[in-house]
Amino acid sequence: MKKILIFLLVAAVYVLHQDFWNWRTAHPLIFGFLPVGLAYHAAYSILAAAMMAILVKVAWPKHLENIDGGESE
Amino acid sequence: MIPVIVVVIYLLLIAVIGSVAFRRGKANTEDFFLASRTIGGLVFFLSIFATNMTAFAILGSSGQAYRQGIGIYGLMASSSSFVIPLTIFFIGTRLWALGKKFGYQTQVAFFRDRWECDFIGTVIFVLSVAMLVPYMIISIMGGGRVLSDLSGGRVAYWLGCLVVVLVVTMNVFFGGMRGTVWVNFFQTILFLLFGAVAVAVISHALPGGFGEYITKIAGDPKTSFLVTRERMSPQFFWSYTLIPLSSIMFPHMAIMCFAARKVAAFKRTVVLYPLAIMAVWLPCVFLGVLGTQTEPGLKNPDGILLHMLTAHAPVWLAGILGAGIISAVMGSDTHQVLAVSTMFTKDVFAHYGGKERFGESGSVVFARAFIVFVTVVAYIVALLTPESIFELAVRFAFSGFAAMAPAMMAALFWKRSTKYGALASTLWVAACLVGTWYLQHISDNMLPKPGQPPTIIFPALGHLFERSIANATCFGFLPVVPMVAGSALLMMIVSLLTRPPSEATLKKYFS
Repeated sequence: MKKILIFLLVAAVYVLHQDFWNWRTAHPLIFGFLPVGLAYHAAYSILAAAMMAILVKVAWPKHLENIDGGESE
Repeated sequence: MIPVIVVVIYLLLIAVIGSVAFRRGKANTEDFFLASRTIGGLVFFLSIFATNMTAFAILGSSGQAYRQGIGIYGLMASSSSFVIPLTIFFIGTRLWALGKKFGYQTQVAFFRDRWECDFIGTVIFVLSVAMLVPYMIISIMGGGRVLSDLSGGRVAYWLGCLVVVLVVTMNVFFGGMRGTVWVNFFQTILFLLFGAVAVAVISHALPGGFGEYITKIAGDPKTSFLVTRERMSPQFFWSYTLIPLSSIMFPHMAIMCFAARKVAAFKRTVVLYPLAIMAVWLPCVFLGVLGTQTEPGLKNPDGILLHMLTAHAPVWLAGILGAGIISAVMGSDTHQVLAVSTMFTKDVFAHYGGKERFGESGSVVFARAFIVFVTVVAYIVALLTPESIFELAVRFAFSGFAAMAPAMMAALFWKRSTKYGALASTLWVAACLVGTWYLQHISDNMLPKPGQPPTIIFPALGHLFERSIANATCFGFLPVVPMVAGSALLMMIVSLLTRPPSEATLKKYFS
């Protein structure tokens, strides 16, 4: 179930990249100067960061953490 | 001249950091190529970001935005902010683990063991080097051009390229991976700040504010396409989401993954990566569009940010921001040079007996000599060859590496994958690259005019192959789509038809 939910999350974020509704318009200008298509994709980058934070929280490959690490640079 | 002085001080600083790293180094390849796998925390994130961000992130993005508008951000940046962290999360962490467990320093070494076959490793090596070297050369060209532009032409192009080559060579020759990541720490912070500072400076200098300019662009039918995506086809836009699959397949990115100290280093990296992409790309794309109004009619729009900074920023600040651009060039260039050297040393020299004959310290000597050799050759080629040839080769390289991703995923996650499946997949990629080059070449004289639909290349085949201004396409999709799909299909079908690797190998990687 967890794997399906993770897959659905990633798929949903991927689908949101195709914002066909912003294709032919610059308006509204977000903050008075950012065309909506550009503001949307900037927000999309933030959404991608949030998605990765969720993946780190719920789907992290914990079994790899047992592999030893030495001194850090 | 002040900007050039600032940049020269910056370059000297990089050389000093490289020499300090040299004193910390040990005479073995694991230390030279991977800093003894000790890169951790914030240094890892900043370094892997610098590895992937070239001058294109600053100069090319603004230049493309000047030509095509805001769609460039969604096309290249936001798709990367989704795909690249995912590939680092799923593939990068596994590569790191294999490197720690079995000592791998290159992808090719893993492929050879995983599929019990030297030959498949050699084929992937040849294809990877053929796709990586043009990228390295174009980075040198980009650096030379930036130095020349920053100085207003006082520093000749050949001299600019020479300075870049010398600094990169010294940094990698003396410091290896350690010197490279130390410098990256400094470089990445500089170019992450570049965009915000440039926007602040330019907004302060422009009368009326950004909103007035954008409203004007949106209101004029001749320029309104710059603030929408009306001239960008949805197929083209979607196709591009496959291109960032190339990132983890570039040897310098995979090698960076091997260099992490702990897998935990990837956690912060994958979360911060999309935000860092936004910090660099958003201001550059926005300023590129704005530049169509403040600096109209540029013949080479890739220089738009340099023009705007020269016009609106104080000279000392223009110098620091110029250093930020140079940082983007050199950050990735040093990793590319190091990756080419790592691959030749480990996958050719050591693999074919050099290590037994000359030992670990002999391998490091070979690596250093190779670094000098490859940078001298790259410099000469950069001066003698037109940039357009390499621009095309690099575009193909992104598609090629993206189409190699199915082979990597199969190697890591699919027990049943075989060397024949990998070979079929790799040969498909190579054949597609040649085919795409041919289509591009024969359609160069049938380019559509801006705003016009693509031209059909072979009328008898209908819309199968078309030519847009920049690319040959397949049913309107970029070549990367059939390349990735074909590569994945061949990997699956041929693997299922051939004998799987031995039980011992499967146990080694999947138990």
